[in-house]
Amino acid sequence: MDLLYQIFVDPFVQMGTAPDLLVQTLWEGLVSGVLYALIALGFVLIFKASGVFNFAQGIMVVFAALTLVGLYEKGVPAFLALALTIVVMLGLAVLVERLMLRPLVNQPDIVLFMATFGLTYVLIGLGEIIFGGDPKVMIADQLYLPRGAIDVNMLGGFVSLQKIDIAAAIIASLMVAGLAVVFQKTRIGRALRAVADSHKAALSVGISLEQIWVVVWFAAGIVALATGIMWGARSNVSFALEIVSLKALPVLILGGLTSIPGAIVGGIIIGVGEKLGEFYWGPLLGSGIESWLAYVIALIFLLFRPQGLFGERIIERI
Amino acid sequence: MRMKQLALGVALAGIMAAPALAQNSIFVPLLTYRTGPFSNSGIPIANGMHDYLAMLNERDGGIGGVKLAIEECETGYKNEKGVECYEALKSKKPVVVNPYSTGITLALIPKASVDHIPILSMAYGLSASAQGQDFPWIFNPPATYWDGLSMIIKYIADKEGGLANLKGKTIGYIYFDGGYGLEPIPLLDQLAKDYGFTVKKYPVPPADMQNQSGLWLNVRRDRPAWMIMWGWGAMNPTAVQEAAKINYPMDHMIGVWWSGSEDDARPAGAGGKGYLSLNFNSVGANYPAIQDIQKYVIDKGNSQTAKDKVGDNFYNRGVMNSVIIAEAIRNAQQLTGKKEVNAEDLRRGFETLKITPERWKELGLEGFAGPVNVTCTDHNGHHAAYVQQWDGTKWVKVSDWITPMKDKVQPLLDAAAQDYVTKNQPWPKRTEACDKSS
Amino acid sequence: MFYREAGQYKTSYAADQAIFPVLQDRLGLIAILIVAFVVIPLTGNEFLLQAVMIPFLVFTLATIGLNLLTGYTGLLSLGTGAFMGVGAYACYKLATIFPQVNLLVWVVASGFFAAGVGVLFGLPSLRIKGFYLAVATLAAQFFLSWCFIRIPWLYNYNISASIEVPTRTLFGIPVTGPTAAPVTRYLVVLSIVVVMTWLASNLVHGRIGRMWMAVRDMDIAAELIGIKLYRTKLLAFAVSSFYCGVAGAMLAFLWLGAAESESFNINQSFLVLFMVIIGGLGSLTGSFFGALFIWGLPIVLRNAPGAFGLSITAATVEHITFMVVGALIVFFLIVEPNGLARLWQIGKQKLRVWPFPY
Repeated sequence: MDLLYQIFVDPFVQMGTAPDLLVQTLWEGLVSGVLYALIALGFVLIFKASGVFNFAQGIMVVFAALTLVGLYEKGVPAFLALALTIVVMLGLAVLVERLMLRPLVNQPDIVLFMATFGLTYVLIGLGEIIFGGDPKVMIADQLYLPRGAIDVNMLGGFVSLQKIDIAAAIIASLMVAGLAVVFQKTRIGRALRAVADSHKAALSVGISLEQIWVVVWFAAGIVALATGIMWGARSNVSFALEIVSLKALPVLILGGLTSIPGAIVGGIIIGVGEKLGEFYWGPLLGSGIESWLAYVIALIFLLFRPQGLFGERIIERI
Repeated sequence: MRMKQLALGVALAGIMAAPALAQNSIFVPLLTYRTGPFSNSGIPIANGMHDYLAMLNERDGGIGGVKLAIEECETGYKNEKGVECYEALKSKKPVVVNPYSTGITLALIPKASVDHIPILSMAYGLSASAQGQDFPWIFNPPATYWDGLSMIIKYIADKEGGLANLKGKTIGYIYFDGGYGLEPIPLLDQLAKDYGFTVKKYPVPPADMQNQSGLWLNVRRDRPAWMIMWGWGAMNPTAVQEAAKINYPMDHMIGVWWSGSEDDARPAGAGGKGYLSLNFNSVGANYPAIQDIQKYVIDKGNSQTAKDKVGDNFYNRGVMNSVIIAEAIRNAQQLTGKKEVNAEDLRRGFETLKITPERWKELGLEGFAGPVNVTCTDHNGHHAAYVQQWDGTKWVKVSDWITPMKDKVQPLLDAAAQDYVTKNQPWPKRTEACDKSS
Repeated sequence: MFYREAGQYKTSYAADQAIFPVLQDRLGLIAILIVAFVVIPLTGNEFLLQAVMIPFLVFTLATIGLNLLTGYTGLLSLGTGAFMGVGAYACYKLATIFPQVNLLVWVVASGFFAAGVGVLFGLPSLRIKGFYLAVATLAAQFFLSWCFIRIPWLYNYNISASIEVPTRTLFGIPVTGPTAAPVTRYLVVLSIVVVMTWLASNLVHGRIGRMWMAVRDMDIAAELIGIKLYRTKLLAFAVSSFYCGVAGAMLAFLWLGAAESESFNINQSFLVLFMVIIGGLGSLTGSFFGALFIWGLPIVLRNAPGAFGLSITAATVEHITFMVVGALIVFFLIVEPNGLARLWQIGKQKLRVWPFPY
């Protein structure tokens, strides 16, 4: 009885008695959801256009952030470093396309998936050789990212909104909006969608697959850079960030592997779900349930929609 | 810098013979981790350990005229890698192994007594291994985790105006969810019972080290009067930042000695000001021995240490680790009269190790750390530590040396050692004789 | 030249369908077994046995386990590490509750616990497919990892939350614990792996294996010809987890001698997946190649600079190892996406007609 009370009643009582904490929890969930969504976005872009489940997206986040901070520490002005990092990500996209994707055209999904594991290892080694394994402080101030918090007094308490989190949410929305516009309105965007529909049909109407792949990997690189800056500003830039990026996986399958809005909605569901779960039900299980809760949430959704919330319906024929 | 070293290494390939083990040397392997999610804590320690030993080689020609052969083995803080390193190094006759990971230490403890290689786990590893009677080959000076916890509680009690005032208080414990963070819990629960305070536990899963906002919301709800942290690697800076975010009073948050690196507090910016941590070595480079490291090792480019990192807390921690090794070797040389001591000799060297304040002074490290005193039965010493505070740019000592509550720790140690031995039957009985300390 | 099948006539269907139809292959297998059982124990030093051969064999078994699931049945799983953990913890509990029973019984029995847990987490596979399933198995990985810490009963309330392996003997010779000689442990591991490989080989060549492969190639078609999907898929999860569980128990008991939750983390799952794919999906021989390649390569790379007298710091070696391993994975996938097993086959084919290819 007591246990049932703790599971079904007590959390809601708490929500009622301390609404400011509920709002704060929702906000934290929203912010981490947006950050998960940003990582997931990189996955989706690449999966849509090339069918590659890019495991290296996580390490690309670290690599981009490290390049940015590393260049700055070598004396390059912050915004020039930012520009140079974008160039580096472009170079990476070209190299990946030339050395990895092109020779692997037409291979089964799992082989491409595996190849991105190889890429992960290469990037880890390369990043550590060039920049060293010691953690770096993100150059948030130099990039004019806000610091500090706004404490809003409400509901008999206060809700603390970190300015960097607000910035993250804004940047993420801008990015998604930008991507949507590019996908819908531009020539290259239409080509991207054509490739996503069918490689062969796209090829037959004269779309260059190679070019498209470079474009999507570059776009994923930029998304990775944005993600790296945001996560980096929240703690620091180190290879441990790569682990956090695993959290993008449940987001990804929850939203559907091929859907950009899916990544956003999935991110928010996972983010809010895991923070609420950890906050209100976690103590019952001895806390720290965040590590698996996201996957279980995704799993439950999947049981009802096996292709994710917004994924393309899987049609199978004999 | 690294690229240059690499190029240098390749260029010198032809010229240099394979000097892996010169004849007249003492082999001191260092298990380190400069890669992976724990490298932020691992790198400065690895640098400190390496540089001090390298300095002894350059300045004094080794110890007692015998050069030290230093070799690093990269573990990445992974147990399998650590065991692999140990097996690879074992054939080269190491005189001591220091795993620098609680997990690796636990895997190596049973092996040490069979292979007869002493293990130095300086203030980490298995607390119970302080019992020399049961663990003749394991050394964990200067203090165990349980000592550390009792010192933190004493500090808190001091600020609250006495142990009696702890009654009814809530103390939060945020910890790395693994062997390292779980170790102090039995004592914490015990103390909570004895002094009537409540403990709230906040475990940080290894995969969520940089994603702690949910846990800290719990902290905000529970409003513990004090927070104790047992963190490592990327967990530390994230925790300090999250604490600052929820406006937790930083001068009520106190980390163990492994949560006290400059890089742990710095990323939080102004918010990290006031953060406390326990420490048993001093911070700063104003010691003759450390100046010698600058002169003999770093200025010559024989180190991976960045100049501005010399004297950082974890760098000095690494130096202290190497001082203990070096002093044990010297002690073993005196004890046996041999120059090239082996692992068995070094075990005796450890067991009668004494580093008095005068000795610290002779070493060029006056006041660098408290005295270290290891005996046959007590492989730890249960020495005092002090509390330091982050002032926004550096660590400042803010308390006197605090001694551990030996009366609370000792019974637990005895029980834990007993438990370990019964669970691992047949555990080898101690056959090694005790030396008179010199 | 020596590898010719000319003159070897098959006079029965059984001979024709044999797994090793060529005499030289059978001789080769015997030679490998002799090397493994006799030569290596006699000549190998402790490092070779303890840091190369034992882990290689342990991972081979886990790789075979995952290969049965991913390679033969086409279900991608990222929960291998956790299933290995279930085996290790089950073995530990059994061995401490019933210390009088021979440890080897428990090493094998722990596989059944892993199989049970595997079936439980395999249930979503009835509805979810492909990468979606892979991420779903991550739920198993993270949930079980969490259990390994949060349920103290599993590690007998050990203060450090780790399992420490007590000394146990087999015919009076210690096989686990610190006093067990590496040779003994190696031989025990080897025997288990050989027997279980033989079992797996029989399994995949028989009715069950064919059902698995039918499901892998197209599950709807398989269902139409009367294969019950849920049974087949869950059986694959059960058998696969059984193998992983035994591998995990061996990892804790016969290799490391201690284990904690982190020994069975997500990286372990990835490592085994590498081995499966580099070795070759759907190939038992490939599992051996994959495990040898992924486990052995970093060791070779790490020791290479020393052998050439290069002085590179340990950390740099580690970074270079990472890069080389990564690059080689990509390289091998480009050269031969079907894995080392396929390369081996091609090599044998070439050898057949060497030196006069037609």
